[in-house]
Amino acid sequence: MSLFRLKEKIIQGVFTVLAFSSLLFLVGIIFVLFKEGLPIFKDVKISDFLFGRFWYPTYEPPEFGVLPLIVGSFYVSLGAMFVCVPLGIGSALYINEMASYKQKAILKPLIEILASVPSIIYGFFAMAILAPFLQKTFNIPIGLCTLNASIILGVMATPTVCSLAEDALSYVPRSFREASFAVGATRWQTLIKVVIPAAGSGISTAVILGMSRAIGETMTVLMAAGGAAIIPTSIFDPVRPMTAAIAAEMGEAPVGGDHYHALFAIALALFLITFFFNILAEIISRRFRIKLGLSG
Amino acid sequence: MDNLPIKMRAHGVDFFYGQHHALKNINLDIAKNHVTAIIGPSGCGKSTFIRLLNRMNEMVPNTTLTGKIYLDCLDILSPCIDPAEVRRRVGMVFQKPNPFPKNIFENISYGLEVNGIKNKQLIEDRVVESLKKSAIWDEVKDRLHDSALRLSGGQQQRLCIARCLAIQPEVLLFDEPCASLDPISTRKIEELILELKKDYTIAIVTHNMQQAARISDYTGFFLLGDLIEFDKTEKIFKAPHDSRTEDYITGRFG
Repeated sequence: MSLFRLKEKIIQGVFTVLAFSSLLFLVGIIFVLFKEGLPIFKDVKISDFLFGRFWYPTYEPPEFGVLPLIVGSFYVSLGAMFVCVPLGIGSALYINEMASYKQKAILKPLIEILASVPSIIYGFFAMAILAPFLQKTFNIPIGLCTLNASIILGVMATPTVCSLAEDALSYVPRSFREASFAVGATRWQTLIKVVIPAAGSGISTAVILGMSRAIGETMTVLMAAGGAAIIPTSIFDPVRPMTAAIAAEMGEAPVGGDHYHALFAIALALFLITFFFNILAEIISRRFRIKLGLSG
Repeated sequence: MDNLPIKMRAHGVDFFYGQHHALKNINLDIAKNHVTAIIGPSGCGKSTFIRLLNRMNEMVPNTTLTGKIYLDCLDILSPCIDPAEVRRRVGMVFQKPNPFPKNIFENISYGLEVNGIKNKQLIEDRVVESLKKSAIWDEVKDRLHDSALRLSGGQQQRLCIARCLAIQPEVLLFDEPCASLDPISTRKIEELILELKKDYTIAIVTHNMQQAARISDYTGFFLLGDLIEFDKTEKIFKAPHDSRTEDYITGRFG
């Protein structure tokens, strides 16, 4: 083989490795999560783990019921949806349908900057400003609670929802709107009856990915949610979402111990949940592109 | 114009995209129950012109329009006129077939619903009637609830014509309706236009000069925003007044 051919081969090889490295990382992560997470089930039954109501990993004997953590994660994230769905979709509709070119040029980057604010700053804000405010306003014993975390998480997920929903709206071909206007429909009718249905699955993808973003968020919920591993009964209860539990406890869990393995098992569950959301979003958005006659 | 009744009249129309002077002092009458063709090379302003007739260009930002456009005696550019009302009376078929991602029936009934018609029987009658009028009924009568996007390009375009007819407009505007169609579909659309002129006033923008010659009664030739010549189609094609018109129709440019 000539030197030239060899060089070509090597270059091709390098790029192949680079391209497949993300797959390698994914497989690596899944492997480690399973390897380190599964051993907990030697000592604790899966059903006790998933549906156990008590998370006392450092007690003697310890209890590893993660139900309060799972419920905490979903509770906080669902709360966040009430904030980010109206805010995100509302601003997407405004930007896409009503804003002038100038407003659009300012608003879009502005909302994207919101996404680049480090989560610790959101956490600070939640702890130092929002929590005392909630405590005073609702006269509750402590401001660090589900509501507090949900509001901040919702604001954090808003850019995700907004920019994906805005993309979905802008994929709706102009010809659909023109067709609607041409038969005498008003702007509002066109929006409700043509544009939103056409962008519907794209918008649901935005919501699902916003949810996925909220569930996976760690630093903010660690700081803002209160951290009590209980099953919440009201929005003023503190909770300990899965991510917060892992972040707070990993440092103190002895490597190779039950607690350590249990935290990995939580991470595994979290991974599967967000993986599921992302796959779902992908399937819906593919159907969306086919429906609009864009390439699948 | 032989004292024919005039359905639409453009009077001293100037139109700007930003600084670009796209239409210059256009005066053009569209005769009732006749076909008026607008021809000219790309970028001459012919599509821009036809889109003024149903106030479709208002969606384009940063544009200026002066002059008057009348539909019968109605000044359609007057600020107290609702553009939706104009568009109900002046329907439009676009260059690319643009059915909604809905089923065939809903594509037609949409226009009726947004205009406040709720009577189901009436909607159904109108859907059938407009599909028949646009010569597509036989092809779709057994699959009214299939997605309109599964139809062929030519069928989609006739569906779009049916969608226009359903709200009973008085004028039909066609913006290069055959630009994306094959010759057979094109012929069907042309036959349909000739049929429709009995009941409607029609204006059509076309790139295809044979098409203008075949189906229109009057032809206007646009060049760089000017209406160079407007006359009977026969006259334009056989004995044009202006040498630029002659150059264009004999294929010397454009």
